Amino acid sequence: MNPTQNAGYPGNHPPRKGFFTDTSICIGCKACEVACKEWNDVPADHFDMTGTSYDNSHSLNANQWRHVAFIEQPKRMGAQDPGMDPPTAPPTDLGMPTVGLPDAQDGVAGELGEKPDFRWLMSSDVCKHCTHAACLDVCPTGSLFRSEFGTVVVQDDICNGCGYCVAACPFGVIDRRKGPDRAKNVGIAQKCTLCYDRMGAGQTPACAQSCPTQSIQYGDLDELRERANTRVAQLHDAGIMDARLYGNEPEDGVGGTGAFFLLLDEPEVYGLPPDPVVTTRDLPHMFHRASAAAAGMLAAVAIAFVGRKS
Amino acid sequence: MTPDQTSDQARGPAGRQDGAGPRFTRTEDEQQTGAVIGSAGGRTTGGSSRRRRPGGRRRHGPGAETMVEEAEFTSYYGRAVVKPAPWELDIPAYLFSGGLAAGTAMIAAAADLTGRPGLRRGSRLGSLAAVAFSGATLVHDLGKPSRFAYMLRVAKLTSPMSVGTWILTAFAPGAGVAGVAEVLDLVPEDRRGRLLGTAHALSRLVARPANLWAALFGPPLAAYTAVLLSDTATPTWHESYRELPFVFVSSALAASSGWGMIVAPLAEIDPLRRLAIGAALVEIGAERRMEHSLGIAAEPLHEGRAGQLMRASAVLTVAGAAGAAFGGRSRVVSALAGAALMAGSACTRFGIFHAGIESAKDPKYTVLPQRERLEREGPTRHPE
Ligand code: SF4
Ligand code: SF4
Ligand code: SF4
Repeated sequence: MNPTQNAGYPGNHPPRKGFFTDTSICIGCKACEVACKEWNDVPADHFDMTGTSYDNSHSLNANQWRHVAFIEQPKRMGAQDPGMDPPTAPPTDLGMPTVGLPDAQDGVAGELGEKPDFRWLMSSDVCKHCTHAACLDVCPTGSLFRSEFGTVVVQDDICNGCGYCVAACPFGVIDRRKGPDRAKNVGIAQKCTLCYDRMGAGQTPACAQSCPTQSIQYGDLDELRERANTRVAQLHDAGIMDARLYGNEPEDGVGGTGAFFLLLDEPEVYGLPPDPVVTTRDLPHMFHRASAAAAGMLAAVAIAFVGRKS
Repeated sequence: MTPDQTSDQARGPAGRQDGAGPRFTRTEDEQQTGAVIGSAGGRTTGGSSRRRRPGGRRRHGPGAETMVEEAEFTSYYGRAVVKPAPWELDIPAYLFSGGLAAGTAMIAAAADLTGRPGLRRGSRLGSLAAVAFSGATLVHDLGKPSRFAYMLRVAKLTSPMSVGTWILTAFAPGAGVAGVAEVLDLVPEDRRGRLLGTAHALSRLVARPANLWAALFGPPLAAYTAVLLSDTATPTWHESYRELPFVFVSSALAASSGWGMIVAPLAEIDPLRRLAIGAALVEIGAERRMEHSLGIAAEPLHEGRAGQLMRASAVLTVAGAAGAAFGGRSRVVSALAGAALMAGSACTRFGIFHAGIESAKDPKYTVLPQRERLEREGPTRHPE
């Protein structure tokens, strides 16, 4: 289904845009996080350390529209080629931290066989711009809308801060801004806009633009899906059987996401729900149950009063 | 600082033992391979996440339930997958007062039609107070009154909050007019003056239609709040969507009957006794069923503050129903039973509210049911 058409745009709307985030080549540089904050003037909100690996930006929230997850796993990388030719000269020790046991450091850069039993998973997470977007469905003010590019955007001058979208998003993306005190839009729901302003001007979103490894790829969703399938096949050929796509399936619980991912492990390892379903899918059932309950309530009062009068 | 952050830090310094620089050794905490039900959550890493051992480890030690199957799940540093609703206690207070306003308006209309003036007056006044209070809690939740107006920009069937706002907007004037008519009635005739006299005469004319109007919107007002909670990704709220409307409407009726039993003359409250007993039975029955169908997401209903509230709710509701049944001719017993029913209803709302918030904070309530569903039914398909 094309959500753009569904939202009532005429037939000549632009093709649906989205992100393909290939986490297998993410190096965790956080350029996307920074670029997003810079371009969208998203305030920093905490300067404390979370103590969880290199992840100090914590989670997707009102002040963090891109979030890079860092997962340390005691697991071999497989036969994955990091994409660099083996050095011809012995590596110079820069005194930088590397993966591997201290006494095996020399082998790390060169011989494949001596890779440590350890791998990093890094993944830059973002609003999924769902085809069936729960946040958009439940917003009572119409503040959240579907753009002509098929993305989901909040209008902060219309949002009343009710927070319903926050509880409705099955990915825990959108959040109500709590601070810092002098920041704009405190009390208002905030999330990634897929750089609506840049897209309108034909530009690439800030995060994708800044990504040095092209882990974040932006473009027409159809094309991105093809590219993603090719990449998965390539990784499977290379023996990395953990590679899988997440959110690319147009008939999944949220109708497929506009931002989808290539993951190297189960979704929940990255803090993603394994089988998300748009919360409004069950709304017709809920409506029926509520109607039955309401009818029962009316009947109960009537029966109680009509019964024998004493 | 975000709430989940706080909980992260409350989990202790285990992850920070060598926070000064990059770590290559894992702390004992991180080597933990399985988060178990009942633990604070953690992460499993690597292959163990895919090999979901059916049995898992068992919990030992004081207070451990014997031989409970423990499920393993993986999470990202134990952080929540979905976000808890950023709602304060205004919202459960609104759920309670909205239900009370709805039920009392219906009882007032019935009392009016069956010639029970004392019950009619008390219920209309109660309804007026409750609807005013619920409006105030909504506005307080939004921060400023003007934001309530934003709600009326659109009418959206996919948004229970939008639908509910319109139901409340339709209900409130009816309950308001009927309530004000009773207030005017309380002013002694010789102190009314010309203006109040006219208003009084007018209000006597419109009070009944207004009350009936409100009574018509009472059931949807009491029932929609269940959909409001269910139509979220909050596990305990969403999974209870089949039974929650029944819990909420019966809870509303129990509270409203309770109110009537406190304020109305003893001679007029017999219908309320029947209503209260029926409502209490349905509430307890629906709650039982709900806990069954919730599966693991029922856990938060038994733990912490939510658990205390739910237990208090059961005790108060049963006591209230017993008082209504056997209180007979005693003014005091009837009033106490009414108060217990009201308190029980409030505890139900606050308990379910807290349970939902807790279920959103712990990733296991999001991940485990989805994993189980995947294994049972395969990936969800939701085209169109
Ligand atoms: S991920 Fe959440 S916030 Fe983003 S579009 Fe989907 S439902 Fe809305
Ligand atoms: S917080 Fe704002 S965007 Fe979210 S549902 Fe409420 S009005 Fe809509
Ligand atoms: S698309 Fe724009 S708003 Fe969204 S994460 Fe990237 S930089 Fe931020």
